[in-house]
Amino acid sequence: MDVVLFLIFAIIAVVAAINVVVQTHPISSAISLIGVMGSLAVLYLLLGAEFIAAAQVIVYAGAVMVLFIFVIMLLNAGTEIKRGRSLMVQLLGVPLLIAFLGLVAYFVERIYPQSVGVRFGGFTGGTAQAVGRALFTTYLLPFEVTSLLILIAIIGAIVLGRKEMD
Amino acid sequence: MAEVPISWFLTLSAVLFALGVAGFLFRRSIITVFMSIELMLNAVNLSFVTFSYQLKQVSGHLFTFFVMVVAAAEAAVGLAIILTVFKNRSTLNIDDVDSMKN
Repeated sequence: MDVVLFLIFAIIAVVAAINVVVQTHPISSAISLIGVMGSLAVLYLLLGAEFIAAAQVIVYAGAVMVLFIFVIMLLNAGTEIKRGRSLMVQLLGVPLLIAFLGLVAYFVERIYPQSVGVRFGGFTGGTAQAVGRALFTTYLLPFEVTSLLILIAIIGAIVLGRKEMD
Repeated sequence: MAEVPISWFLTLSAVLFALGVAGFLFRRSIITVFMSIELMLNAVNLSFVTFSYQLKQVSGHLFTFFVMVVAAAEAAVGLAIILTVFKNRSTLNIDDVDSMKN
C-alpha cells in the first residue's frame, strides 16, 4: 500500500516537474509546480511529517505560488522567445545532469540497503506539538533571526515596489 | 514489499533537483528560472524530511520549516525585483538583462 502510494505520487511529482521545465508558457509551469508541491505534501505525510505537509500546502502551494501567478498575470507574461543559447550549456548540460543523477542514485543505493524502509506510522515525531516544542526551545534563536529576515524582506519588497523606483 | 526503501525517496529528491537545475539552465523566461529555484528548494526539503525519518529526529522538519520561510521571503523580494526589471526594461528574457556583462 505504501509502495503504491509512493509510486503514484512520485510519478505525479516527476511528470509535473518535467512539465515545469518543458512548458513554454509561465502559467503552465506555475500550475505544474503546484502539482509537484501537492504530491510532495503527500510524500511528507507518508514520512510522518504532518506539520510540514500542512505548511507545504499552505505556504508553498497557497501563498508562494499565488504570488507567482499574480506576478505572471500582472506582467502579462507570454510564451518565451527561444534564442541561441550558450554552446557550453547546450553540449554539457544534459550529459552532466544525467551523470549527476546516476552518481547520486548509485551512492544512495550503496549507502542505504533495501532493508531500511519507510512505512506510514514508522515515525510519529513530526506532529505540530513536537515541531513546536523543538522550534521554541532548541531552535529559538534561528526562529527569531528568521523573523528579522522576514522583516527585512518586507521592507525590501516595499522599497523595490515604490513608484519613484526607476 | 510493504516498506518503501529510503533510497527511493532520496533518488526522487535528486531527480527533482536535477529537473530544477535543468530548468534553471535551459529556460530563458525570468519567472520560469525563478520557479526552477523553488523546485530545487522543494527537492532539498524532501531529502531533509527523509533523513529526519531515517534518524527518527525532528530536526530535519525544523530545517524544512526554515527553508520554507526563507523561500517565502525570497519569493517576495525576487518577484519585486522582477517587477522592477520589467518596469525598467519591458522584458522578461534573461538574455536582455545583461548590463553587468560588459
